[in-house]
Amino acid sequence: MTIYDIIFYLFAAITVLSAFLVVTAKNIVHSAFYLLFTFFGVAGLYVLLGADFIAIVQIMVYVGGILILLLFGVMLTNKITSVEIKSGTIHVLPAVIGLGLFAAFVLSTMMTTKWKSNPAELPFTTVYDLGYILINEYVLIFELLGILLLIALIGAASIARKDKE
Amino acid sequence: MNIWEIIIITVIKIGAILTIMLLTVSYLVYFERRISAWIQSRLGPNRVGWEGILQPFADVFKLLLKEDISPVAANKFIHGLAPFIAVFVAFSTYAVIPIGPDVTIFGYSIQLVVADVNIGVLYVLALTSLGVYGLTFAGWSSGSKYSLLGGIRSSAQMISYEVSMGFSVGGVLLMAGSLSPIAIVEAQYGWMWNAIVQPIGFITFTVAAFAETNRLPFDLPEAEPELVGGYHTEYSSMKFAGFFLAEYANMIIAAGMIVTLYLGGWQVPYIDKLGLGEIVTALMQVGSFFVKMGAILFFFIWVRWSIPRFRYDQLMNLGWKVMFPLSLINIVWVAALIMIFNL
Repeated sequence: MTIYDIIFYLFAAITVLSAFLVVTAKNIVHSAFYLLFTFFGVAGLYVLLGADFIAIVQIMVYVGGILILLLFGVMLTNKITSVEIKSGTIHVLPAVIGLGLFAAFVLSTMMTTKWKSNPAELPFTTVYDLGYILINEYVLIFELLGILLLIALIGAASIARKDKE
Repeated sequence: MNIWEIIIITVIKIGAILTIMLLTVSYLVYFERRISAWIQSRLGPNRVGWEGILQPFADVFKLLLKEDISPVAANKFIHGLAPFIAVFVAFSTYAVIPIGPDVTIFGYSIQLVVADVNIGVLYVLALTSLGVYGLTFAGWSSGSKYSLLGGIRSSAQMISYEVSMGFSVGGVLLMAGSLSPIAIVEAQYGWMWNAIVQPIGFITFTVAAFAETNRLPFDLPEAEPELVGGYHTEYSSMKFAGFFLAEYANMIIAAGMIVTLYLGGWQVPYIDKLGLGEIVTALMQVGSFFVKMGAILFFFIWVRWSIPRFRYDQLMNLGWKVMFPLSLINIVWVAALIMIFNL
């Protein structure tokens, strides 16, 4: 077991444990707080894979943007924190059967597939290659995504806007 | 160098940076009070030690001896956690700001930066967006209307100004062609400082830095006439000191970032042409970094005691309708410069 393995299991443990706490926490703000660690763990895994840019973007977008918006919603909603979140169990038998089948399917796929693995050299930084590919090969998709986001933004603004009498 | 040497050198660097940061923070508070007194024709703190030089330590002991209160309506867990997030973010950001060139000490070539991260600028932006959490959690968990309003204001303000901050940094990245702070500093050789090449970006970044650090004229999160103390209304003792520490540490980081990105970092124009020894040059360069940073910090304090606070809608208008378009113009300007002069 090398030092990388230890770091990998550390991040994996953080991710899985905090994800578990997110779904079991009774208080919705606590859930949001644990989600912070899930995102961090995933960012750590990205760093281990040599994807430095993706890791930082993961933190900037998910932690810096999306989770804050989530917290905004929670904080501005009146008395949402005193609402008891329902976490009881219903329909145990169908759930067990469904999950069991799914788990068996995933496990068998994992065991029987021949995974391709090429020993690749870790690049010093992925930023240059990523930028080059985005602007050359995938420029159409890149621009289309930009337009899509812009449309979403304008739509949100026009919904939120007060009608002029 | 084997792994142990690297670990020992890094630990020494972290220790040095932490000491410098803590000392600068405490004396920044002292200088803030003295300068504000000077601007307003008062005396300021001058009782503890010579000219009040020991005042910061007296303040720290006072805060340590105060009772730590957490309100009944507070969410204890998050209420206790929020100051730690604020302090952690403030101190870990400094790891990527280079304070000098590579130097050779006892046969080791040492970079004067804790971590030479090749995407360091993004690291700083990511961590500053984390800084919102300390304030938001503090405001929400206190169980007080004033705190909540302060917390929401701060997050809205920081998210808005992050946009123009990010776009102004874009201009710097175009010039340097790299995301590493060291490469950005090295790209500003001689008088090619980014503050001179792209003055609009310099202005938008500085304004955004004021907003990100919640300093006057953008200190709406703690506007005392309307919000008592804003997000830290319900905090006392060392937890309050944590926020105080984080605010001043953030100021130092903002100053460090402005110097690194726009004022040439540790560069002294054409100092290598003078033929001084390696050690003298390195010392002068490190010195020049701290002089520039001191000047920016003085500017921060100067502005605080000169300009009144903005109204909230003015703040948002300035952020979205003035600073954001200006930072876009800056990017076009830098791109045109690079096209024309083949930089």
